[in-house]
Amino acid sequence: MSKTHVTTKVNGDEVEFLCDPRETLLDVLRDRLGLTGAKEGCGTGDCGACSVTVDGRLVCSCLMLGVEAEGKEIGTVEGIAQGETLHPLQKKFIEYAALQCGICTPGILIAAKSLLEKNPAPTETEVRYWLAGNLCRCTGYDKIIRAVMDTAAEMREAS
Amino acid sequence: MHYYKPASFAEAVALAAGAEGITRILAGGTDVLVQMRADIVTPDTLIDIKAIPGTHEIARTAEGGWRIGVAVTGAEMSEHPELGRDWPGVVEAMDLIGSTQVQGRATPIGNLCNASPAADSVPAMIAAGAVLNVIGPDGSRDIPAEEVPAGPGKTTLKKGEIATALTLPPRGQNGGDAYQRFIPRTEMDIAVVGCALNLTVEGDQITSARMALGAVAPTALLIPAVTEVLVGKTLDDDALAALAALAEANCNPIDDKRGTVKFRTHVAGVLARRVAQIAYDRAKGAKA
Amino acid sequence: MALDSSKTTGFKYVGTRPNRPDGLDKVTGRAKFGADATAPGMLFAAIKRSPHAHAKIVKIDASKALAMEGVKAVVTRADFAEGLTGEDWNILENVMAGDTALYDGHAVAAVAATSALIAKDAIKAIEVEYQILPHVTDVDKAIEPDAPVIRAGAADASVPEGLHPNVVRYYESGHGDVEAGFAEADLVIEEHFTTEATHQGYIEPHACLGTLGGDGKGELWCCTQGHWNVQKVCAALLGLETSQLRVTASEIGGGFGGKTTVFIEPVALALSRKANRPVKLVMTRSEVFRASGPTSSTSMNVKIGMKKDGTITAAQGIFRLQGGAFPGAPCDMTAMCAFAPYNLKNVHQVGYDVITNRPKQAAYRAPGSPMAAFAVESVMDELCNQLGLDPIEVRLKNASHEGTTANFGITWPRIGLVETLEAAKAHPHYAAPLKPGQGRGISCGFWFNHGGETSVSLAMSEDGSAQIMVGTPDIGGSRASMALMAAEVLGIPYENIRCTIADTSSLGYNEISHGSRVTYASGLATIKAAEAAVEELCRRAAAKWDIPAEAVYWEDGYAKPSGPNAGDHEPLHITELTADMGATGGPINGHFEATPEGAGVSFATHIVDAEVDPETGATKVVRYTVVQDAGKAIHPTYVEGQFQGGAAQGIGWALNEEYIYGEDGRLQNAGFLDYRIPVASDLPFIDTVIVEVPNPGHPFGVRGVGETSICPPLAAIANAVSNAVGVRMRQLPMRPARVLEALESKNG
Repeated sequence: MSKTHVTTKVNGDEVEFLCDPRETLLDVLRDRLGLTGAKEGCGTGDCGACSVTVDGRLVCSCLMLGVEAEGKEIGTVEGIAQGETLHPLQKKFIEYAALQCGICTPGILIAAKSLLEKNPAPTETEVRYWLAGNLCRCTGYDKIIRAVMDTAAEMREAS
Repeated sequence: MHYYKPASFAEAVALAAGAEGITRILAGGTDVLVQMRADIVTPDTLIDIKAIPGTHEIARTAEGGWRIGVAVTGAEMSEHPELGRDWPGVVEAMDLIGSTQVQGRATPIGNLCNASPAADSVPAMIAAGAVLNVIGPDGSRDIPAEEVPAGPGKTTLKKGEIATALTLPPRGQNGGDAYQRFIPRTEMDIAVVGCALNLTVEGDQITSARMALGAVAPTALLIPAVTEVLVGKTLDDDALAALAALAEANCNPIDDKRGTVKFRTHVAGVLARRVAQIAYDRAKGAKA
Repeated sequence: MALDSSKTTGFKYVGTRPNRPDGLDKVTGRAKFGADATAPGMLFAAIKRSPHAHAKIVKIDASKALAMEGVKAVVTRADFAEGLTGEDWNILENVMAGDTALYDGHAVAAVAATSALIAKDAIKAIEVEYQILPHVTDVDKAIEPDAPVIRAGAADASVPEGLHPNVVRYYESGHGDVEAGFAEADLVIEEHFTTEATHQGYIEPHACLGTLGGDGKGELWCCTQGHWNVQKVCAALLGLETSQLRVTASEIGGGFGGKTTVFIEPVALALSRKANRPVKLVMTRSEVFRASGPTSSTSMNVKIGMKKDGTITAAQGIFRLQGGAFPGAPCDMTAMCAFAPYNLKNVHQVGYDVITNRPKQAAYRAPGSPMAAFAVESVMDELCNQLGLDPIEVRLKNASHEGTTANFGITWPRIGLVETLEAAKAHPHYAAPLKPGQGRGISCGFWFNHGGETSVSLAMSEDGSAQIMVGTPDIGGSRASMALMAAEVLGIPYENIRCTIADTSSLGYNEISHGSRVTYASGLATIKAAEAAVEELCRRAAAKWDIPAEAVYWEDGYAKPSGPNAGDHEPLHITELTADMGATGGPINGHFEATPEGAGVSFATHIVDAEVDPETGATKVVRYTVVQDAGKAIHPTYVEGQFQGGAAQGIGWALNEEYIYGEDGRLQNAGFLDYRIPVASDLPFIDTVIVEVPNPGHPFGVRGVGETSICPPLAAIANAVSNAVGVRMRQLPMRPARVLEALESKNG
């Protein structure tokens, strides 16, 4: 089957790849670009473990084709930290033990970052509904919600 | 599978009309990709319409309604400063679909053309009187939203026809719409029942009403008899009871993993009462 | 030299809440999980699965698949070992069907190809001819006289004569005279309860990367709770020498018991052997639901007699568990856990393990216990309601405690049930007013916890830092707990310790991370290994001071002379002893291996408030409090996390999660869309109270904490909903339609 050539930007770096049109953006990130931070938990948009941003918009990378990435800017968990400086959410997630197994963590960090960029002062309910598409089976969400809200408070103070 | 990204509707129509096998239009892809993944449908031809100019726009029509481009997503509708003021029910119905992530991709027109009986945005579109604008080998035509789905997974669009936009009528004065659905969780589920109501008032009296139900029949249902139950009345207990009875009487659901006939029928009545109250309050000036 | 680290107070590191050592990797995306590994020349595999619940496999024709460009190997049952018996045979039969497909999703063949898409296409090209057989998926229907026999001869010797051949194991225990006990009661309530099968629901699908050559040597990378078990079972299924297969555990994206066995690992290895290339195999979510272990569904009868003052006079339970097409449903655990919280004169419990045409059940967090608690604690709640008694007071009155005889015969050692009940009673939640439409439920729960074979090795570095090799995959922060315990013994900072999960070639045998055993057993072994290193450190100090080793003791990272008779020596810091260790006797290491038997059982009491929408039957959990005995919380934040996670899984089980089978015996909801695990907006914050009644079997008092937290929720929520709607809810899940029916039945 013929493959399509795609040029895109991932975490600010220009990348090129060839892919079968049936491959999802998630397949491409993981199998062609070696970026395995985004996880496949379901492949059907129900778990959020594959969350990335495309031109700043939060999406499931399993629900987008690799060929659709042409000319876009993709953001993944690998691009959240600036050099050795972690994003405040990353620090807080470690500090709050907002992860147990860690498989949902990349997706939740991307989603939470996207929330705080849009809404720097979310209520508990807003955080819970924004993250409703990110399944976590270990934590009962308690420490995740607290970590996001505390990060938001800290970022508001810092700004 | 062949993937195309046409630059115009003319090109898209030519591709769709000339394609053999299974053809799918790709907008948000939140249904198409799931069907591919689950091996339900793998299209032979996939036409990505997102590069066509104008498909991402939400614009006022000359009449004062709204034209929503075929690639407009749920998130873009929710973020629009004016659309939700006119049609809060349509916007909230679309917003209920899937997660934040899905909202970033999913489109109302995809929701309509996927033709699921449980599609959340469809009852709201029908109640609002929305019209789907399509273009095909024989030119353009408009299809009322309630006439688009022909059954589960089937539409009345002909071979080669492609949706270009959804048009919502002018809201007008003293009108309000609302949509609610019932799901077992708080998010991420398919509607067990959905109900939308759109009405206008003069003072306390209802002057027009359109109601639609989802997930209670093979397609979302317009319930024309709602005018007999509500128009000319205030939304008192008798009107609400009659409305609930009407909703229940029009249900023709199935027993499946998501709900029983009995439960769906009962909840249709409950939701009809709840959305009527919200739409009524909105028509009388309450903020969405 | 007296060296005994046993202590329950005065800790410096234990009980603190440092950041986990693997935190950075897990927030940056660099942690490598099961599906994140690659190998040069790697192939991608996919599995062909039966669409039928029960069918003879007449013929498998893979010729079209093999003819496809890029397809490198196809395997069927013929590519695995022959002549296996017992559980090895059961596992092989489950991993790859023999002559019969026993459930929807049962593997019948597999393909390895140069891309995942080709493998997926090739699966469709494999033609399988089936002869469909009658099927049964319901536990009660499976033991009706005319039910199809799923596997004749599967029953073991425990099953009494005259039962249906689908009953494959039987358990019975108790003491006293239950009939006499019921006769003494002022009120006897007997009810029938059912629960549906639920899935562990880990977000990471099973994934592995296997390499196996014709020389019988192999490498396997996989997400598992126990890689030594994977090594042993894969070797058996493929006819290899166990030690020739090296298994490395990846980071694991949740397990909850579901990753304690093998599913795809032997298949990847068989394909690799045939293709002579590395093979990666990753389940889809649908495959996870259809073919990896859900828990058992149940049908249970519980009867309890009580006096007006709340004294239980007798208790009896019959627990029927459906465990899929193979023996193994934990009917014995269910029966044993059922009445464990209560000190009973007369008690009798029976368990049935029933096979059906469903996937082989796998362990799920306290296997069998949550269902038992649901039935027993519901009857307890009803007795309290009808007799007008406080549910916590009644439980306190009858509570098991040290020295009483358990329902299954043991004499309880020091346990913390009473302490959890007292803490629950004192918690503000228990006295908080309820709003209209709300109900409150409480429940106790019990789990055994486990020790198991354990090996740990600790090595000092010249700079005085230490590395620990443990063999229990870190499923939720256990590296942090191990490092804390080692820090406590060595007296060096937590940050100076690195804890690694060793592969099967680098350490002695370790049982699976299950039975809430890791902090207990690997923790104990870590403490003992650190003590062995300390002992050697003391010897080196003694040699430097030229005094007997017995005259040196260890305190807070320093070797010190034990008293005036030992001489006046400046304490030697650990770094001074490790710096020249090569010259003073060689590397300083410590190791420990044993099968510790002193696991401490754990009890919990949960309080939950639920609100029911009377028009739709929808339930919302509005407040939740977990009170549980941890023995000693090594890292309290992770203990809280275990409490909260168990409660959340219990909420899902109680309200919305269930396996739904159609008349055709096919699973109808094999995805996260319709298998509804709780999402963030479904849950409230989950309050926790850590009770600490030290376990005498662990140097620092640790009991396991991972599993007990899922035991009370089903009952606690059912009691809350029952009290909200005024009707006893006896079937799980309490989906809205079911609650609405209950409301309608009450209103006539």
